[in-house]
Amino acid sequence: MSGYRLATGGLIDRARKVNFRFDGKSYTGFAGDTLASAMLASGVKLFGRSFKYHRPRGVFASGSEEPNALVELRTGAYREPNTRATTVEIFDGLEASSQNRGFSLKYDPLSVNNLLSPFLAAGFYYKTFMWPSGFWEKIYEPMIRRASGLGRNSGLPDPDVYEKITEFCDVLIIGGGADGCKAALDAAAKGQRVILCDENPPLAKLDLPESISFFSRTTVFGVYDGGTYAALERLNDHLPSSNAPRQRLIRIVARRSVLATGALERPITFGDNDRPGVMLSRAVGDYISRYGVSPGRNILLYINNDDAASLISTLYTAGVNIAALVDARPGSSSAVYDAACAASTPVYEGAAIIRAIGRWGVKGAKLRLSGGDEISIPCDIIATSGGFNPNLALTSHFDGEPIWDTGIAAFIPGKTPPCMEVIGKAAGHGLNANIQPCFHSGFFPGKSFLDLQNDVTVRDVNLAELEGFTSMEHLKRYTTLGMATDQGKTANVNAIGLLAKTLGRQIGEIGTTRYRPPYVPVAIGALAGAHTGKHFRPTRFTPTHEWAKAQGAVFVETGAWLRAQYFPRLGEDWLQAAQREVDAVRNAVGICDVTTLGKIEIQGPDAAKFLECVYTNSWENLPCGKVRYGLMLREDGMVMDDGTTARLGETHFIMTTTTVNAGRVMQHLEFCAQVLWKHLDVSLVSVTDQWGQIAVAGPQSIATLAKIVDFPFDLSDMSFPYMACGELTICGGVPARLFRISFSGERAYELAVPARYTHALVEKLMEAGAEYGITPYGTEALGIMRIEKGHVAGPELNGQTTAHDLGLHKLLSKKKDFIGRAMASRPALKDPKRQSLVGLRSVNRQDIICAGSHLLPLGVAATAVNDQGHVTSAARSPTFGSIALALLEHGPERHGETIRVYDPVRGGDLEAIVTAPVQYDPEGKRLHA
Amino acid sequence: MRIICPHCGERGLEEFTYTRDAECTRPIDGGAKLTKEWEDYVYFRDNLKGPRKEYWYHSAGCHAWIKMEREMSTHEIISVTPP
Repeated sequence: MSGYRLATGGLIDRARKVNFRFDGKSYTGFAGDTLASAMLASGVKLFGRSFKYHRPRGVFASGSEEPNALVELRTGAYREPNTRATTVEIFDGLEASSQNRGFSLKYDPLSVNNLLSPFLAAGFYYKTFMWPSGFWEKIYEPMIRRASGLGRNSGLPDPDVYEKITEFCDVLIIGGGADGCKAALDAAAKGQRVILCDENPPLAKLDLPESISFFSRTTVFGVYDGGTYAALERLNDHLPSSNAPRQRLIRIVARRSVLATGALERPITFGDNDRPGVMLSRAVGDYISRYGVSPGRNILLYINNDDAASLISTLYTAGVNIAALVDARPGSSSAVYDAACAASTPVYEGAAIIRAIGRWGVKGAKLRLSGGDEISIPCDIIATSGGFNPNLALTSHFDGEPIWDTGIAAFIPGKTPPCMEVIGKAAGHGLNANIQPCFHSGFFPGKSFLDLQNDVTVRDVNLAELEGFTSMEHLKRYTTLGMATDQGKTANVNAIGLLAKTLGRQIGEIGTTRYRPPYVPVAIGALAGAHTGKHFRPTRFTPTHEWAKAQGAVFVETGAWLRAQYFPRLGEDWLQAAQREVDAVRNAVGICDVTTLGKIEIQGPDAAKFLECVYTNSWENLPCGKVRYGLMLREDGMVMDDGTTARLGETHFIMTTTTVNAGRVMQHLEFCAQVLWKHLDVSLVSVTDQWGQIAVAGPQSIATLAKIVDFPFDLSDMSFPYMACGELTICGGVPARLFRISFSGERAYELAVPARYTHALVEKLMEAGAEYGITPYGTEALGIMRIEKGHVAGPELNGQTTAHDLGLHKLLSKKKDFIGRAMASRPALKDPKRQSLVGLRSVNRQDIICAGSHLLPLGVAATAVNDQGHVTSAARSPTFGSIALALLEHGPERHGETIRVYDPVRGGDLEAIVTAPVQYDPEGKRLHA
Repeated sequence: MRIICPHCGERGLEEFTYTRDAECTRPIDGGAKLTKEWEDYVYFRDNLKGPRKEYWYHSAGCHAWIKMEREMSTHEIISVTPP
């Protein structure tokens, strides 16, 4: 035997050596080793420090239930804390390190916590750090967080790549052991589509038919409604970092499922049972049979059931000495006794381990024999088996309560999720032969740990019981028992057994805490998948995006869209560019891509009636070929959205919505059409992406358009006045829709073409308008002009404003039902004291009004009580200087008043004159200029 | 959760948007006057255990509104019908 690696055996590939590092030191293992098995093979016992008391800890288990051996993997941004060394497959170059320790694993100043433990008992947070209260946030909490806790987050963005997929099957088999494989083959033989998930790497080559999709390294961690399961596949965790997806979240939709997750061993609790070298007996067997590693050379067994019989022969065959068999049962069973005799192992029946000897690793065990004598036996591993718990966590994800089975002294599944069958050991079959329950040895000179991961001792549970926390759910929250990465997989049942004994009640009466998803820790990155950063939602580009880019546009996000914000010329800043663009529109002509506004086709004999229902104003009297401004409320009377709607024909309307609300309005209209007024014959379809739309604004807009519209379309004011619309062709046959509407306040048109023509259209328009100085403008110029004109937009339609607040109450029809009519009539919503729309203009031209500033009367203190409103949108108008739209108490009555504009966030404090919302061309003469 | 859309068949929950319960209907009096019926319709909802009707929208699918009856304590879907 070299080190602790056995000469033969195991499912590892001894021809392939693997080099890795732990805490900076180099180690070698074999392909197929876990970090735990490779380090055990190298003789390492100390893996980490415990959560609260910083006690030295080693490996306890061999699978995902491991409570102790938590390590950090990889380095820098790739660092992953709290990984169980028992599930980490090693690869060349793997960097792992211990966590929750001081200078080194061996010298940890915080192990003084072990001596302070009388102050760190259950609930100590709530008792010790109560006062002075101001100390909690600044001193106590940061101190406790530093001292306790598990590993460290890297603090950097996660550079790993994750994926999400969905799979469908007739049967999902959870667990790839013998029972699971048999169930999979049976289902496949019946012609069913099968998915088989197993948590472990594929050690043995499985020969499965094609109808079975086998996912190894895949843990099913949650059961959800409608036969949906969540699983995490560790695609590349066993390989060096690369750009390939690290983990994959699989959403599995299955008609039925079979739970074949086996059982997890629980220990027997005794004094100092957390020392490195105290392990589950099945784990000792696993390290020998799977990895050819014996965790020790002189192993002592402490059991209360027959499972150890096979371990005895395994150890004997492998040539590992068995120090003794300590059987908690008064009389050992023949299965175990005979195996021990065959291995020439001394057997102590009816005995108990009082405590483990050895601080850094087990050196022996102190026993109390059945007669009361105490002896010490040297050993380097104490392998303990208190029986097996069916691994039933997934059965309680639908609120199923596990049931205590006294025959096998274990919880078995109660009500399972719909269409889930539990088989084999997970159902409690073939478990715990001849078990005599023994949750703790009963003698506690030192600390006896129930929950190794959370440092919860027998004394903590007793204390919690004394303080009245006698329900398991309370006990869990008070002591933290069963929390963190292992979720008490090896801890809970012993604690329940102890509590039952203390209370003099049956375990079945006390019950267990309900298991919730996830069964194992899942990285948030895996849940997010590829939907991170800019990939969270698609970016939508306007059809003229490439053209605008070529013009040097700067872009801004509006909703999901990227729009041109301004088109700077050499040496211009954003303000100079935007003001130049405004000047061009006011004096010549400008063009702007307005495709992002929502466009909804509304057709059908009842289309006009339908608009009467959803808009506050009237529509049936709108003539064909005309456009009207419409206001839409929510049913609670608040303004939802606004826009223009054009009547192209008797039964054909085109509605526009604001950019941001396009989706919401569509959903709302569908509700109105399909649910509220389903007798109306009307059809809706969103055509936002199908039609590109360009605003052509300014006095020269008509001259520009005249060059591209096809004969015989007549642009003259007589035949196509303000608020006219029509269908036409342009540029020699391209179908188009033209709307004479204006957001800028100038004579303006919006020209819509099938989206694929939009890029060509802007080029044509630039050519046609060149002689008039045509200028592309962006959202900044658009914003300045709409504020000058007092048009409301997103900041004013904030979900808290009414039609009265915005000065749009004349649009509330008194003759018909419409969405929001009843609620909008509430007197409080019409109260003149409400903050209503006004314009503002700074008194000193150099003062800049900022959006978000508060409005106060002159000469009062800047307090919330005196606050009378706020600035919703602000602009730097080339005509008026700093102007704004604002919501102000008694707004319409206060035009001409000077008020204080107070902006504590940016240090602004200035005076402004209240004006009407429309500051530019209030009579609207320029719309016809 | 899996939802059977009457138009598209069985689809995942992520294609749908829950909006509101379908236990009350919009008053048909035209809304000229604010009545208790309007207040109940807009603001008041019972939060009861047992089967309840809800409106869902197949937002990432056919854009149909559906009426779904679910058992509130188990999430079990009892029926899905056009509204």
